[in-house]
Amino acid sequence: MKRETEFVTTMTLPVSLGAKPGQFVMIWLPGVEEIPMSVALDDGKKLQITFFAVGDTTKKMALLKKGDLVGVRGPFGTHYQWEKKEHLALVAGGYGAAPMYFAAKEASKDGCTLEVFIGARGKEHLLYEKEFAKLPKTTVHISTDDGSKGFKGFNVQLLSNLLKEKKHSKKKPWIDQIFSCGPERMLVSVSDLSFQQKIPSQLSLERYMKCGYGLCGNCVVDPLGIRMCTHGPVVDNVTCRKITEFGKCHRDALGRKHNF
Amino acid sequence: MDLSQILLGVHFSNPTVLASGIWGITAASWREVARNGAGAVTTKSLWLHEHKGHANPIIISTEHWTLNAVGLPDAGIEKAREEIGDYNHDKPIPLIASIVESTVDNFAKVAEEIVKLHPDFLEVNISCPNVEDELGRPFACSVVDAAAVTKAVKSVSGDIPVFIKLSPNVDNIGAIASSCADAGADGFTVINTVGPGMAIDLRSRMPILTNKVGGMSGPAIKPIAVKCIADVYKATEGKKPIIGTGGIMTGEDAIEFLLAGASLIGIGTGVAYRGEKIFKLVCDEMKKWCDAEGVKDLSELIGGMHRRVSGC
Repeated sequence: MKRETEFVTTMTLPVSLGAKPGQFVMIWLPGVEEIPMSVALDDGKKLQITFFAVGDTTKKMALLKKGDLVGVRGPFGTHYQWEKKEHLALVAGGYGAAPMYFAAKEASKDGCTLEVFIGARGKEHLLYEKEFAKLPKTTVHISTDDGSKGFKGFNVQLLSNLLKEKKHSKKKPWIDQIFSCGPERMLVSVSDLSFQQKIPSQLSLERYMKCGYGLCGNCVVDPLGIRMCTHGPVVDNVTCRKITEFGKCHRDALGRKHNF
Repeated sequence: MDLSQILLGVHFSNPTVLASGIWGITAASWREVARNGAGAVTTKSLWLHEHKGHANPIIISTEHWTLNAVGLPDAGIEKAREEIGDYNHDKPIPLIASIVESTVDNFAKVAEEIVKLHPDFLEVNISCPNVEDELGRPFACSVVDAAAVTKAVKSVSGDIPVFIKLSPNVDNIGAIASSCADAGADGFTVINTVGPGMAIDLRSRMPILTNKVGGMSGPAIKPIAVKCIADVYKATEGKKPIIGTGGIMTGEDAIEFLLAGASLIGIGTGVAYRGEKIFKLVCDEMKKWCDAEGVKDLSELIGGMHRRVSGC
């Protein structure tokens, strides 16, 4: 167990599930609950989960000690996909930095050049900054809401600014793909930017999941009726823009709609 | 080979039906199931009022079986109105509304509300095995209780056919079916999940499901489903259509259900085992089998085992 920031903890499990970046697993605390969690790393030997201790179960998870028992099943869902040597922009908000780091690590093995945009409320909430910086051919762009480090404002704005600057670069397009993971409002901005700039993007969309493999139906989205545990969580922007509830509402454990 | 049929006045383009409790919690998801080739959809079981399900873990699967204790979560009648109302505007395939309640009177009340939404069939879920701690022994385990619910629902269902979803976890499913038929049931869904069963995690020595027990589904339960379908068909002299459900993975499984007496084929857990394309795959496999066997119409198959055994 490693405390990353005030509310964020990374848990390392001595197993590999062959998970790919963007996929999720179900983590079970016997006697408490089982919840879906994004994979922060699976290197063939160990599995890491980085989580925000905000609910009853995650708060209990944050208190676990080395040797405590947790159940894990998966991996489930879709994952980020790239071609060798692509130039990728990775936009990470909050603890979305964890799966983005996993994607960055794997993509850099394929010779990809990475522009990483880490955003957080303030510098004390920035995640994985040092880890990203250690990756080859990687530039880290920091933004904070309060301006305590890097650009004062949203990371998507920073990416947008950079795209404008590079408008006349020789390489067309300057960025081949955008990957993003984080709060849904941020994803909407990424989706809009990706659409306007005609740069393909892959976004991680979170919905309330129970089973994780397509049976319970709790994670269906309007109007496509597809299940985010099997068709997602990583969806391409073309699909994402057909999801009318994207950025607007989501369903709870009873299937009832709630606005964001 | 044309897999279509008309059953109790409703046209089905093929016999595959999305089983209740799987995937279909919204109008959008029912349409997506239709795009994947199903002949009809069944809603998740609808309650009069909000009903919370069980806490996670609610499900565990192996290659052979799945145990679930989702616990019938539902937001209540308002959401049903919204979703079924939406679906009715542009309805690609028939809708079977599954209803559940805790008392005979409430079954009539929820049925009365759902009937106003004009589903093609009502499916009365009196057989869920994973809510016994809360609701007691399922109504489907008693000839008296099962008939009482049937009668109550039939008193408000008007011209909408009522299918009673039966439990395999009984001594004599034929007797339960007969008593429901006498009370006015128009058809049966056979079967609900088996057991319930339990799975224990070795390291923590705890039951894996929060509810401890869960209904068993998946390929392993198919022979039980075949036997129950055959029993119900025989007990009702083949006069009540059956939606055969339980362990269907392939077109040949579906043919076996038809021979036992089913007219429609429910597919649930198979969605996880073969993906959403299972509806189309099962239909293609059925057609292939029928073409090879020279079968021209589903009616040649439905209940075929009984005719062969009795020699008529």
